Amino acid sequence: MIPLLLLACASDSGAGSDSAPVRLTLTGSSTVAPLVSELAKRYESQNPGARIDVQTGGSSRGVADAASGTADIGMASRAQKQDDPADLVFTPIAQDGIALIVHAENPVAELSREQVVSIYTGGIASWLDLGGADLPITVVNKAEGRSTLELFCHFFKLEAAAIKASVVIGDNAQGIKTVAGNPGAIGYVSIGTAEYERDHGTPIELLPLDGVAPSVASVKDGSFPMSRPLNLVTRGQPAGAVADFIGFARDAAQHDLVAGQYFVPVD
Amino acid sequence: MGDGSSLEAPSRGKARVGSASWLDALLVLCAVVSGGMTLLVAGFVARESTRVLWVVGLSRWFTDPSWHPASGLFNALPMVVGTLLTSMLALVLAVPAGVLSAAWARWVAPAWARGPYRALVALLAGIPSVVYGLWGLTVLVPAIARVQAPGSSLLAGALVLALMVVPTIALFAESALASVPAPLLQGAAALGLGPWATLRGVALPAARPGLVAAVTLGAGRAVGETMALLMVAGNVVELPGSVFDPVRTLAANIALEMAYATADHRSALFATGSGLLVIVALLVLVADRAQRARA
Repeated sequence: MIPLLLLACASDSGAGSDSAPVRLTLTGSSTVAPLVSELAKRYESQNPGARIDVQTGGSSRGVADAASGTADIGMASRAQKQDDPADLVFTPIAQDGIALIVHAENPVAELSREQVVSIYTGGIASWLDLGGADLPITVVNKAEGRSTLELFCHFFKLEAAAIKASVVIGDNAQGIKTVAGNPGAIGYVSIGTAEYERDHGTPIELLPLDGVAPSVASVKDGSFPMSRPLNLVTRGQPAGAVADFIGFARDAAQHDLVAGQYFVPVD
Repeated sequence: MGDGSSLEAPSRGKARVGSASWLDALLVLCAVVSGGMTLLVAGFVARESTRVLWVVGLSRWFTDPSWHPASGLFNALPMVVGTLLTSMLALVLAVPAGVLSAAWARWVAPAWARGPYRALVALLAGIPSVVYGLWGLTVLVPAIARVQAPGSSLLAGALVLALMVVPTIALFAESALASVPAPLLQGAAALGLGPWATLRGVALPAARPGLVAAVTLGAGRAVGETMALLMVAGNVVELPGSVFDPVRTLAANIALEMAYATADHRSALFATGSGLLVIVALLVLVADRAQRARA
């Protein structure tokens, strides 16, 4: 009886969020955070008194914080995994793709999956073997634990320990600067960020995969193979203010914010 | 501790009796808080380390095949070597530059140049490390890559680090040189020694304890530097074969992996943090010895 009463109280206070000020804390993926910050700003301006606090720390932290209750909503740039706590609910708010990038001067226009695997495991060491210039390949890899690395390894069926990197980087911006400064470099970053940088004059080129050019458009129509969902994570089905914010984030009225971050909206 | 000081105070000087008791308490409180903070941080880092130390022990930190903490492999030796190599190489570059520029400012520079010189050095010391890192990543690394790929390397790390450590060393070296007694220098001049011989034979030996402290402080900054090295050193966990190979330092490793680490991985990062604390503690000890030798 008592739990039922408590539950009633909890849902009451959720429904009555117009009277009590809404305070939400979101933590997690640094890929999702910039988008959520924009969404939070608009949400706050439309709901006076609401305070949405967004902190980064990686998908793993987002999932852990949602599970422990440290955060109201976790942010994860990956799909749900088998060993995630079973009571967590993942709600996609956008789609992101990962593209292989090389320096703009690099004449190599496309790589097969086998070639990419060989480059990243130390098999092919010069662009000469791939029809390019006589340059050693600088393999740019992500640091252990990053969800981009996880998706890359998962897609190419690689063990993280098997990758022989020349440079290990942290975030996408560092990866793009590293490749832009080195004509022999190859790396992988979020398509949205890479497309934005290329269109604004940074000397990088995005390589097609399985014959599909990486772009926001090809991620949207599902034809680009190396992509991932951006999820908001909650413990149990979202309710009250949490459900209200997630509904707001997925609403078509906010698709301009999603596109502004070079992600692809979900319907 | 409090009892000891209040008992001692009256016996030392009558002027402090009575009126100083609340001040004493305040000072003790401040000392306890600042000292206690250090102990708390060290204690916390050590406690977080123990989890993985129980599982892994000590020897595997140097004998495991690689550093893949998520897969249970914990060889941190390349990062210890990387930390020491970048710091030492940076000091090899920065110590002569810092000491010589201090000597220049002290004895050679025209009077009007000394003020602006000090302001410049202080400015250099105040630039945030991420700015050095950004410059290194966009200018220095591509330049080195033209000589030998990938550019992100031990050399790039040491050069950026040297630039950051020079002001620390120059400022402390100047105060050390300022403490050289004038009669020594006058004696050297009377013997007809040139400026170079005076510097090498008289001034530097006389200022030695202060210079050792300057170098140790510089080393402390170098060992703990994080952002700039994270951006330019390449961060590959392998023993470098040459200065053109990438390295990862202990501090950069923590910054690179902490946000994404859980369980044993997280604990392993705290353990490398403990290692870093030990290295810095040793440096402080050496600096303290040098300071005392001077006194």
